Parts: sequence; structure tokens; C-alpha cells
Amino acid sequence: MKSTEEIIKRCEELYEDLNFTAAREWKDAKPGRKVVGYMPIYVPREIIHAGGMLPLGIVGGGDQLEVIHGDAYYQSYICRIPRSTIELGVGGNLDFVDGMLFPSICDVIRNLSGMWKLMFPDVYSRYFDLPQNFNDDIGGNYYISELQELRQGLEEHCGVDITDDALRRSIAVYNENRKLVREVYAYRTKQPWKAAAADVYLLIRAGLVLPVEEHSQMLQDWLAAVDAEDRPMKDNCRVIVTGLFCEQPPLNLIKSIELSGCYIVDDDLLLVSRWLLDDVSTEGHALGNLADAFLHHSESTSSKYEPVETEKGQYLVRAVEKYGAEGVIFASPSFCDPALLDRPMLQNVLNAANIPNIAFKYAENSGQMQPIREQAGTFADSIKLWSEA
Amino acid sequence: MSTVITTPKNRPDPRDAAKDDSMIKQKEMMARHFDKITDAPESGQKVCATFVPGNLNELIMCFDFANNLPEVNAIQNGLRKKSGQFVMEAEKLGHSEDVCTYVKSDIGMMAKGNLAPNGKPFPDPDVLLLSYTGCFTFLKWFELLREQYKCETIMLHTPYEGDGKITDNMRKYMVKQLKEEVIPKLERVSGVKFDIDRLRENLRRSAKAEDDLVYVLESAKKRPSPIDAYFGGIYYIGPIFGAYRGTEEAIEYYATLRKEIDARIAAGLGPVTPEGPMGKEKYRLVTEGPPNYTNFREFWKMFYDEGAVVVASSYSKVGGVYDYDGFRHDPDRPLETLAEYCLGVYTNRSLPQRVDMLVDYINEYEADGLLINSIKSCNSFSAGQLLMMREVEKRTGKPAAFVESDLVDPRYFSAANIKNRLESYFQMIDQKKAGASIKGAAA
Repeated sequence: MKSTEEIIKRCEELYEDLNFTAAREWKDAKPGRKVVGYMPIYVPREIIHAGGMLPLGIVGGGDQLEVIHGDAYYQSYICRIPRSTIELGVGGNLDFVDGMLFPSICDVIRNLSGMWKLMFPDVYSRYFDLPQNFNDDIGGNYYISELQELRQGLEEHCGVDITDDALRRSIAVYNENRKLVREVYAYRTKQPWKAAAADVYLLIRAGLVLPVEEHSQMLQDWLAAVDAEDRPMKDNCRVIVTGLFCEQPPLNLIKSIELSGCYIVDDDLLLVSRWLLDDVSTEGHALGNLADAFLHHSESTSSKYEPVETEKGQYLVRAVEKYGAEGVIFASPSFCDPALLDRPMLQNVLNAANIPNIAFKYAENSGQMQPIREQAGTFADSIKLWSEA
Repeated sequence: MSTVITTPKNRPDPRDAAKDDSMIKQKEMMARHFDKITDAPESGQKVCATFVPGNLNELIMCFDFANNLPEVNAIQNGLRKKSGQFVMEAEKLGHSEDVCTYVKSDIGMMAKGNLAPNGKPFPDPDVLLLSYTGCFTFLKWFELLREQYKCETIMLHTPYEGDGKITDNMRKYMVKQLKEEVIPKLERVSGVKFDIDRLRENLRRSAKAEDDLVYVLESAKKRPSPIDAYFGGIYYIGPIFGAYRGTEEAIEYYATLRKEIDARIAAGLGPVTPEGPMGKEKYRLVTEGPPNYTNFREFWKMFYDEGAVVVASSYSKVGGVYDYDGFRHDPDRPLETLAEYCLGVYTNRSLPQRVDMLVDYINEYEADGLLINSIKSCNSFSAGQLLMMREVEKRTGKPAAFVESDLVDPRYFSAANIKNRLESYFQMIDQKKAGASIKGAAA
């Protein structure tokens, strides 16, 4: 049995490899293989997988990539993720990618879809719209047609067939992966001292670049290994960290929160891995099932409209209760419209529910962690010292 | 940091400049617009708030609502130098310094008494029509207002033209939302039954006014251009982007404006500026992006002092594109046309479409180049503009320039920086023109 250390070491190598060697090797292993990149927050990876292609999650360049070209495309008041993504594109790191999907998160990623079309005309680039109307008959039908267009676009541009049977099989494969991801999260919620937040992040992040089957095996191995190991429990408080759904925080930021005295018991990192909350049906109309899952069984986040006013932010309140959290940390990327516009509303909801919370901003290349450690540490102390519990 | 730009002694006082009939008419229309909204508690008229891009005024009027447009209020506060304090008030309330200043101006205005330009308080809206068109911020803006007003909020999701076209799926989705959600909810809130013939009549009137608007915009192809399509364009688009589209008053306004433009063309005159008629036309520009409103006249002056006239602008298409591909509201397809209107607004078009449009404007209007005013708080416009600039330069061979400011946050308007860049840009155009004439002579 592999140890968690061995598994996380492999994950760390994948995380640090901005040349995406694993995905390149997968592609080179068999002639005709295709790779389709996607950006946060969510794309139905099942459709890519059903065409025998590799879905590749692109979440920017992190704090190790020197951004030179990318900065020439963006003003100083635009977030970091598009500029480092452009850097990856211009620098040739993504030269093996046959398609790129840009989900509807915000105007920056939306416009990046058009930039990609202009800059990389040979790559299949698609803005992937997600409905903001959640009625089956309205948003559902629209979304099914969008999925169908995506399927046809991939078939035409990548020269593959995406059959209904293959789709149902892929849904089953991803159901299994999501189930394992949920188990990892549940494990951390239960015993956060054994599942460090940075380890869990690296583990889930590996799923962005590995074939899903390999990733599921990795998750199984980790779950088996972690249970067999022991780590001391610290006197940390339990927090949820939110706002991290698009531009990624540096790994050091995640570690810093924990080092400052907070166990992260839930977060919204890499939402694609668990965007759909339940298993998607593998019977009947595959695209219809994906649409149903999106409309009725998916995560709440800042880029998604909340149709019911009284429900606004309640997902966070429920998460605090469900995961036994003692506070919420809003960590938002600088210049992130969805996170920063949403934050005051979410804070109001938490304040009304007497849930302690703090907020700070970061960038994917933030280097100074001391202020974050101080802020999170003070927050943890205040919870431990003055919390009603 | 800002620089005070003094008015030369030989310039007339802007307040003494003669006003055209259309200007007087528009001022009166704006006054009536705000009075109608602020008088709503007394008149019993219900109020619908919605956005300029994706503004369904023809439909809103079918339910007898007064239409309150928050961007228009933010612009008014910018022009009246009030938005700065409102933005800071919103930041004090916890809103990030990084986000849209229209939103913060609106939130700050609410916190400071919610007064309209006529000095009376805005009534709470009865309904928020969240026409989510071409701008992500709209979605959060109305969630924020809903939190305050606790009123019915209707989402109309306009899909983005990511592949540069309107598909049947998009159109159907929008029509279905209109039929099954938007209209029934507007009926319920207003207590007025929907009458499709009334909508058709409103749309017919819209199309008529749109014809004259396009005539006015396209008059800029003449030399000299009788209009400024950016600074002057803000005034020209006011009624049709606001609460007057679909009314007789809009038809009259645009007919009056058209006559004035015809008269200017006949007399060989250039645009009217705040200091009277513009002097000799030296530079013809296409602009991309919104203007700055807190220092609007100061900004405009940097152009007309140099003889620069904007012959076409993307901003004057943000509430509807009527000139480029000939869209008109079509009374024979009432719901489909509303869908197509929303889908086609400038900021709902893909970046390649926006580049095509700017390139075509430069060629068709024989412009000397492209100027981008990049707005700090508007990612919908700003993200990608540096690539757009390169593409336009590459395809047209014309020089482009880039200045930065903000919509209604005075902290991001640096007159000296902008003026320096503009002066360098005009020199660049001169050099380019001189180079072209030398080449021409040599050939």
C-alpha cells in the first residue's frame, strides 16, 4: 500500500509541472488522442471523456510561473488568472491542447474565450454558457441544446464520436470519481488533523490533469492510506474558506491558514470536482440527466444566480452547521467580480446567523503570507477565546 | 493627482453657448423622466428598475411602469460630481475597492438618502427586472438591490454570443423566459394584463426613432463630421437607451435632431461642443469603451481643443446596436425581436465581433485611428482591450492609443496623464499622415 506521503508527492509533482507532462504523455501514448482544456468553475467533463479525450483543467499559472507576455494583455486592475493562462498559451505550455472551454464565470473569462479564438485560431475554443434560469422547461431545454452543441463541436473539431452509450458510461466513471472526492472531503471534515488542507487540495488538483480512472484510483489509495496513519490533533478551530472558486490561492496560503490555527473543514476550491452534488443518472437521456443535475443538484457559488431571496447565502450557513465549522474565511482573489460583489451579501447572512467571519484578498502569485497568518491567527484566537461554544 | 485645465480667455463661457432645440428637448425629457419616477408615490404609478443594455422599455411600458435605470442615475451622479462620495460610502459599508463603481455609486446613493437629480427621493422599486445582458455585474447588482428592497426580482438571462452569432437555441430560450416568467411576473406586480398589440405599437415607434438615430450616427461619415459620436453621442443615445424608446417623444426628439444634423451638414459645420461649434476637424477617431463621467467636459475638451472628433464609438452601441448590422425592433415578431435586441447589444458580442466592428468603423468612417478609454471598473468592456487594440492596428494599419480612467470614480481620472497620452497620440497620427503623403508623392 502506498503511503499518503508518496501519493501527495506525486500530486505535488503534477501541481508543479506547468508543462503538463502527464497529459502530454497520455496524448502521445496513442495516435489520434485529443486533449481538451477547461477553465473554472464547471464543465461537464463527461462529454469530453465520452469522446475518448482527456479533459484538462487549466487554473492559471500559480506562483511559480513568471508572467511576462500575459501582463502585456491586461490592465493592472484585472485579476491574475487570465494573464497567467495567456502566458501558458503564448509560452507553448498548452501547445498540445486541441480545444479550450471557457465556462460562464465572469466577464474576464468570458472575454478570454474571444481572445483565445483570436490568438489560437487552430484550437477549438468555446464559451460554455450555463443557464441562470433553473426551470427544466426553460433553462433545462436551453442547457441541453448547449450540451448538444458542445458535443457536436467537439466531434467535428476533434474528429471523434460521442455516442449516448459512451456518455452514460462516462457519467458512471465521473459519478465514481465524485463519490470518492466527497469521501475525501468527508474524511477531512471528520478528522482534519489527519488530512491537511494542502494535501487534500493537491490530491483533488491532480484530478485536473490525470485521466479520471487514474485519479479515482489515487483517491482510493489515499483514503486507505490516511486511515492507517496517525497524526496528532491540534487545538485548532474549524473554518470554512470560501471565494477560492476560480483563481487559485498559492499553496502557501492554504498552509498558512492551517498553520495559523484553523482546520479547513470545507472550501470551494476546484469546484469542478464536486460541482454536481449527487450521482447523475446513468439511465435514459444522458444530456438530460446532466442538465437535471446542473439545475437541481449542483453547488451554489457566486457566479450563479440565487432566484430565491431568502435562500441567498444560506448554503454557507448550512455548511457551517453540517461541517461543524466555527467561522468562515472569505478569501477572494483581487479584482474578482463574482467573489467581491457577493461577499457583502454573504457576510450579512453570516452576521445575521452569528457566524464569525473575516475577509482578505489574495492573488495566485501572492508571496507574503505573514499578514494572512496574522489575520487568520487572530480570527482563530478570537473564536477559541470568545466563542459562545 | 489631477491637473486643472484652464479655459482660454477667448473661449465663450460654456453656459452662454447656444443650445440646439434637440438639447433643450432632451433636457426637458430627462427632467420629466426623473419627475415621473419620484412622483410615483403620489401618482400611484409603479416603478420597475432595469439596466440599459437589455432594457426592455417597450415591454415595461405595457404594464404602465415607470422605468428607473440605475446606470443613468450613476451617470447623473458622476456628471454632478456626487458619485465620488457615494462610491466611498459604499466602500465604507464593506464593498470592495476593486468592483464596479456604478454599483457602489448606486449603493452609496441609497445610503445617503437616495435622492434623484431633481432633489426628491427615489421611491423603492416595485420590481427589479434583472436583464442579465452583456455584463456579469448586473447579476450581483440586482441581488444587492433585492437585499435592500425585498421586492420581486425577475431574471432574464441573455446568453452571450460566444461564437459570434445568435443561435435558434438562444432566441428560443429568451422568448420562453419572456413568455413564461417575465411577462406573467410583470402582470402580477403591475396588475395590468399583457396586451401584445400594445407591445407591437411600442415596437413600431421604437423602429421609427431608431431609423433617425442611425441617420444621425452615420452622418459622421461626412467631412467634416457634423457630430461627435462619443461625447455628443452620449446625448444622442440618451432617449433611445433610456425610458423613452417606444414613445412618441423619442420619435419627435430624433426627428428634431436629424433636422439639426441636416442643417449642420448643409452649412459644412462640425459638432457642437459645450463651448459652441467645434473648430476645424483635424483628427477623426473611433473610440472603444465608455467615457469618464466625473470629468466629462474636461475629457471632451482635450479632444475638441485639438480638433479631434470621434466619428464612431462602441459605447454608443451599449444599449443596442442599430447601425452596424441593421437591427430594428420588429413589431411583427414582438418577443423574438426583444430577444434579438438583448442578444445583439455591444457588450454581449464576442471579442472577435467587437474587433470586426471597430475595424469596419475605421474603414467606413475614414478614421485616423482607434482610441481606447479603458475603464477600471468595467471588465465587460476592458478585459481583452489590449489585444483588441493590436488586432485593429494590424488590420487597419492605423495607429491606436490607450488611456485609462473610470466611469464615476473621480479617483481614477488623471487629467495630466490622459492629456499627455492624447497629445502623443495626435502627434503619432500626424506622423503617420505625413509618412503616407510622402509615400504618395514618391509614388
